[in-house]
Amino acid sequence: MEVIKPILYILIFPGFAFQFVFSTYLEWIDRKLYARMQNRRGPLYTGYQGILQPVADIFKLFFKEDIVPAGADRFMFSLMPVLGLAAVVTAGLYIPVWLFTPYNSFEGDLIVVLYLLSIPTLALFLAGWFSVSPFSLIGATRVLTQLFAYEVPFFLALLTPAVVAGSWQIHKISVFPWTSGAWWVIPIQVLAFVVALLTLQAKLERVPFDTPEAETEVVGGPLTEYSGKKLALFRLQKDVLMLVGSAFIAALFLGGFSGGIWLGGLQLLVKTIFIVFLLSVIRAAFARIRIDQIVSFSWKYLAPVSLVQLLIVLILKGNGVF
Amino acid sequence: MDDSTVRIPIGPQHPFLKEPAKFDFDIHGEEIVGARMNIGYNHRGIEKACEQRNYYQCIYLLERVCGICSHSHTTAFVQAVEEIMKLEVPRRGLYLRTLVCELERLHSHLLWLGVAAHEVGFDSMFMLVWRDRELVMDILEEMSGNRVNYAINTIGGVRRDITDAQHKNILKTLGILKQRLDYYVHIGTSEPSFVGRIKGVGKLPAKRAAEMCVVGPFARASAVDVDVRRDDPYAAYRELDFKVITYDSCDIYGRVIVRVGEIVESCKMIEQLLTNLPEGDIVAPKVSRKAPAGAAISRYEAPRGEDVHFVRANGTEVPERVRVRAPTMANLEAATESVIGSYVADIPIAIASIDPCFSCTDRMAIVLRDRKKGTRVTTWEELRRYGIDWYGKNKGIRF
Repeated sequence: MEVIKPILYILIFPGFAFQFVFSTYLEWIDRKLYARMQNRRGPLYTGYQGILQPVADIFKLFFKEDIVPAGADRFMFSLMPVLGLAAVVTAGLYIPVWLFTPYNSFEGDLIVVLYLLSIPTLALFLAGWFSVSPFSLIGATRVLTQLFAYEVPFFLALLTPAVVAGSWQIHKISVFPWTSGAWWVIPIQVLAFVVALLTLQAKLERVPFDTPEAETEVVGGPLTEYSGKKLALFRLQKDVLMLVGSAFIAALFLGGFSGGIWLGGLQLLVKTIFIVFLLSVIRAAFARIRIDQIVSFSWKYLAPVSLVQLLIVLILKGNGVF
Repeated sequence: MDDSTVRIPIGPQHPFLKEPAKFDFDIHGEEIVGARMNIGYNHRGIEKACEQRNYYQCIYLLERVCGICSHSHTTAFVQAVEEIMKLEVPRRGLYLRTLVCELERLHSHLLWLGVAAHEVGFDSMFMLVWRDRELVMDILEEMSGNRVNYAINTIGGVRRDITDAQHKNILKTLGILKQRLDYYVHIGTSEPSFVGRIKGVGKLPAKRAAEMCVVGPFARASAVDVDVRRDDPYAAYRELDFKVITYDSCDIYGRVIVRVGEIVESCKMIEQLLTNLPEGDIVAPKVSRKAPAGAAISRYEAPRGEDVHFVRANGTEVPERVRVRAPTMANLEAATESVIGSYVADIPIAIASIDPCFSCTDRMAIVLRDRKKGTRVTTWEELRRYGIDWYGKNKGIRF
């Protein structure tokens, strides 16, 4: 049993099977919300109200012709989708689902997760770099430029709850408001929460931060040359990244998913969908901003705001408030 | 071109182009240092086809020059023919013609606003603006029976009258539209992320704009005060009270301001036209099918700018020559030039800011020299043989 358990964790829950189902569901929610905000209907035909559309999209891509461009590095070109997906799925294993500590949780897993969440971006950059097309190259450089813009504010924002809880373990951070009895630490971290949301949006490369794959400018960005299975893996990676990103923000800023299987599961559902809802609102409310505007916005506003938040938390903690 | 400059091809197929056209941009990092354009992928031979049809058939052919300003081309043409035939168009006919002109401007500018929003990734505005553009399309459908090619013009007037019920209905729909338009005008000129993308981008200084003879909203946004409706009034514009909107920022923001201003002006004009609609005939009686020998040039302010038609008649039922100068032709070179100095991200919106319509513009493409074989041109037969050989060799497919 002890041998089977980790395999079940990896394959079923909270590993691949769970993440596949839940992330495609979240994509459907996102598409529906986005469509309603634009006075459209969104997906309708596959399954109830089009709920299976994201799954259908991915399966369709799996059966499409898979082309590797003549000048591209075949090995790197094929490796990148797998690497990116593997990294985010691994990060997903650390989601602190329900009451018990995730089996692989340890002191410092927050840093591991942050590291794992950076890998898909690098994979995307390398994917564009090795596909030798001008659009891919421009997209790839934009991916990297954008990474340097949002990564620091993202880290600073996620550092705040860690400082509050005095721990580097995601599970401990998420239950801190309940174990310490100081539930009001949640509202005082609102600035970091906003920064984390915006930077997650940038990590997901969605409007207003979707410059790397702006279709009207650079066709598909780094993914221009991708097709078939490899594109499907990249799409799945984006979905899982949205799930993992929003689950972590919910865990760190919204008090986690404690309370047993049912209550914890319900909290996971509600809180993650809430984060996805906020991400959809951001996506619907803005135009795409230019790469230079992203960099200046990140460093002029997001980074200082997250530093101010950190300062507030440090002062409160220094005075022994929590 | 030094080593660090990359040439990126945009077109003939690219997501931001709605019709085929080719642009080559030399980029240095993200900055554009050189730009070239090439058109000619969409030639349909309409001018030549006009020479084989009579004047009435030409109207329907010219209606299909453009999918958006279909009424513009027919009006420009019938005005030229009416001038040659020395016809007097009844006032009610002129008013109805002008009404369709302004409705067309309204839906064309709304379409452009949606496209512009889409080019900078503001898809919510795109969807909502296009939803409300449908209201204008509905009015046009009710008036003419068609959404796009209204087929309402004829030589000597218009083909359909409007009833009192339609008259009321148009005013009612216009009321709804005006409320919604206020919101889009507000968003289009003040939403920070949208304005951040368009302010100071795609600069075309006033002097350069005048030199390059740009027309329409593109010129008016560069403080060149031209508008055929005021400078050389046709149809019912002489009797209308309207402002010509100009702006001096010379960038895409200015083009948005000018276009949304014109939307508001169009609404006012439509109301004036409907309230002052004279009684009487809608088409001149007894129009001959033959035009006397002569020539005429007709100018028309299409939504995209000045549309010029030249018609030469030789006394028969068929025109001897029809020449169409679509507004995009006048604007395209200036638009390509205005991109230089901007970033790669600004290419789509800068080109789209003139509301390009390539199928109206394209005339003829001649391949002067085949690159591989010197002066020879690849024939259709050779091209077919090459395709068969290629698939046979590379894919194992036998035809």
